[in-house]
Amino acid sequence: MKILFAFALLLMCALCVAREAPPAADDPVLEKRVVKLTSELRCLVCQNQPLADSHADLAIDLKNQVRSQMEAGKSDAEIRDYMVARYGDFVLYDPPFKSTTLLLWAGPFALLLVGLLGLALYLRGRRRRLPDVELTAADHERAQELLRGRSGEETR
Amino acid sequence: MKRFLPLGIFLLLAVFLAVGLGLNPREVPSPLIGKAAPAFRLPQLQEPARTLGSEDLKGKVWILNVWASWCVACLEEHPVLVDFSRQNLLPIYGLNYKDTRADALAWLARHGNPYTLSMQDGDGRVGIDYGVYGVPETYVIDGNGIIRYKRIGPVTVQILQEKILPLVKQLRG
Repeated sequence: MKILFAFALLLMCALCVAREAPPAADDPVLEKRVVKLTSELRCLVCQNQPLADSHADLAIDLKNQVRSQMEAGKSDAEIRDYMVARYGDFVLYDPPFKSTTLLLWAGPFALLLVGLLGLALYLRGRRRRLPDVELTAADHERAQELLRGRSGEETR
Repeated sequence: MKRFLPLGIFLLLAVFLAVGLGLNPREVPSPLIGKAAPAFRLPQLQEPARTLGSEDLKGKVWILNVWASWCVACLEEHPVLVDFSRQNLLPIYGLNYKDTRADALAWLARHGNPYTLSMQDGDGRVGIDYGVYGVPETYVIDGNGIIRYKRIGPVTVQILQEKILPLVKQLRG
């Protein structure tokens, strides 16, 4: 029994050691907020990674910055503004809609419009090229025959 | 006419791709240009007991150069800065970013010191305020404390001649 108890204690010790990332805040709710906000922010050093996933020196500094600002009671929007003031809209994975980002937001729709226009023009042109041929009775008969499967040898 | 349409599309794409290749995605336009340089007060590298603050530099045009002894690209631009400082055109203030004092001093002793003064930004807080993300970075700040120019990456002779010096002339003129 004693041995079991000791073993259990040892296991608990292992659990303590296996705790995650030391700079994390003690408050799990706050930490969740930190992770949520930093996953919307781009890491400037490794540009295709959000701050939350990045281990770059600057990313860790910025994560600490986000955490300490949250601890000081700043709102998510205030912290986002703090980052944008320093690094520009580029840090946001969801950039705001304004004059400098107009092409980014409207570009795909403009391309779609151009594509649709092209398609419409093409279809119109094609319809014009196909002459409306009136089918004669003989044509209908031949078509019926073909459909019945007696095509081929006889007609040829 | 129709036959050349695919060729036209290909050429258009090629032009877009060629332009895209020429862009440097690391050079993000700084939102700080035209805005007041963030205030700071930091210990000096040579004499840590003394500090240097942004208000001490009001009234003159100066260059802020962010550097570190661990930064490889800094070594590349360093001779350019040393040469430039010999011409005494403009004071260069160094922001020693996330470095240790001993390493920084040894680095300056070895490669020369173009800086009027260097400040220690050990924890990188001032660096964050200036939006630093790729050392070396260089700022031109005017007499009213407004950031006029930012260069991310090494400064070259060409950039000094074509960008920084004309700007300084204009700021002083």
